[in-house]
Amino acid sequence: MTYLAKSPWIIHYDASSCNGCDIEVLAALTPVYDVERFGIVNTGNPKHADVFLVTGSVNDKNREILKNTYDQMADPKVVVAIGICAASGGIFRECYNVMGGIDKVIPVDVFVPGCAARPEAIIDGVVKALGILEAKRQAMNDRPAAAAKPAGDSV
Amino acid sequence: MIPEPYASIINAIIYLLLAPVAGGLIAGIDRKVTARMQGRVGPPLLQPFYDVGKFFEKENLVVTTTQNFYALSYLVFMAVAGALFFSGGDMLLVIFAFTLSHIFLVLGAYAAFSPYSHIGAERELIQIIAYEPMIIITAVGMYMVTKSFYVGSIVQSTTPIILYLPGVFIGYLIVLTIKLRKSPFDLSTSHHAHQEIVKGVTTDFAGPNLGRIEIAHWYEYVFLLGVVYLFFAWNPLIAIAAIIIAYFLEILVDNTTSRVKWQMTLRSAWLVAGTLGVINLGVLYYLRMVVVP
Repeated sequence: MTYLAKSPWIIHYDASSCNGCDIEVLAALTPVYDVERFGIVNTGNPKHADVFLVTGSVNDKNREILKNTYDQMADPKVVVAIGICAASGGIFRECYNVMGGIDKVIPVDVFVPGCAARPEAIIDGVVKALGILEAKRQAMNDRPAAAAKPAGDSV
Repeated sequence: MIPEPYASIINAIIYLLLAPVAGGLIAGIDRKVTARMQGRVGPPLLQPFYDVGKFFEKENLVVTTTQNFYALSYLVFMAVAGALFFSGGDMLLVIFAFTLSHIFLVLGAYAAFSPYSHIGAERELIQIIAYEPMIIITAVGMYMVTKSFYVGSIVQSTTPIILYLPGVFIGYLIVLTIKLRKSPFDLSTSHHAHQEIVKGVTTDFAGPNLGRIEIAHWYEYVFLLGVVYLFFAWNPLIAIAAIIIAYFLEILVDNTTSRVKWQMTLRSAWLVAGTLGVINLGVLYYLRMVVVP
């Protein structure tokens, strides 16, 4: 295991969540679950973060912000879509302004289902994402030129 | 016995090699104790090393390439300041190099275009203005007691400096809170990863540059605690106990206070420098000049 998997820093973005999943994300940081045990820290800055947690569906207003936040993160990085809204738009998917799940805008590595997703499921999703993060780092080392390309163009 | 010039060079090399290890461990203990104070288990003791290891595995994302230069200069000048200190050099030169390293950090934050980064840079400048008088008073106070600005002479002095400079010591502990980037004075950036206004001066540093800044902080920790040692240098055991108690108090203050505005930071730092520091020096001057001529 490398240092990357021992120190995954998180940035959390509420796309258009009802706040149900957001509360569960923050619950994982409380003393009950205390994810800092695993070196997980909740940052507010995409440039410091390794794991991008997104709750809620994407709409025409926030797609720019979502894409911009993702692009500002340094490689290697992973995206975890939390809750059914982030996965597919959930009960809001028929709304005229909703584009659907966040994979319409940025590449998603792990989907955590649930309405709202439980903190245990979120922690499990982040742990799964760490494996992907490590694979991405190895891919980045193998192909240094490919890592230098602008982020987010795999959409 | 190693001859004097060699001893100071060896001390400097030991500092350059071991200070990051000691500083990282101090940061790890800090995070563990902080977590326990908040009723959490907390990260592993070696977590700061994992964090920095990770920074060097990440892509070096910069807004302008001058950021690389400024982050490296911050690290280099911080290491130089500490090495000068531990080799027994001139306190005033040490303080000069120490301040210069922070100026590079400010310039690095100004080099990027983010408003958050600029707010962090401004706050860092305010913090430098706030703590600098007290740091200078500390050096002057040690000179008044030991008649030397050289760390080598101060550390060999058999005078219990703390008994002559209690006010200066308390003032130094208060600006130490600013320097360790702890609440209530963690304006420009915090030693905790999570902080509001995104992350102050470090906003636009990512990956290896953030790692360099973190290592510079570790060098800084060891240097600042080295100054605490000087106050108790006549007895190493008491000195080490004093460092542990001082650091524990800093963690306690960090966890029990909320962040203040920059005006309050400046006011409180200058107030302690102007009262505790200056009165202490005044009394010392009076005793030396008038009572015991």
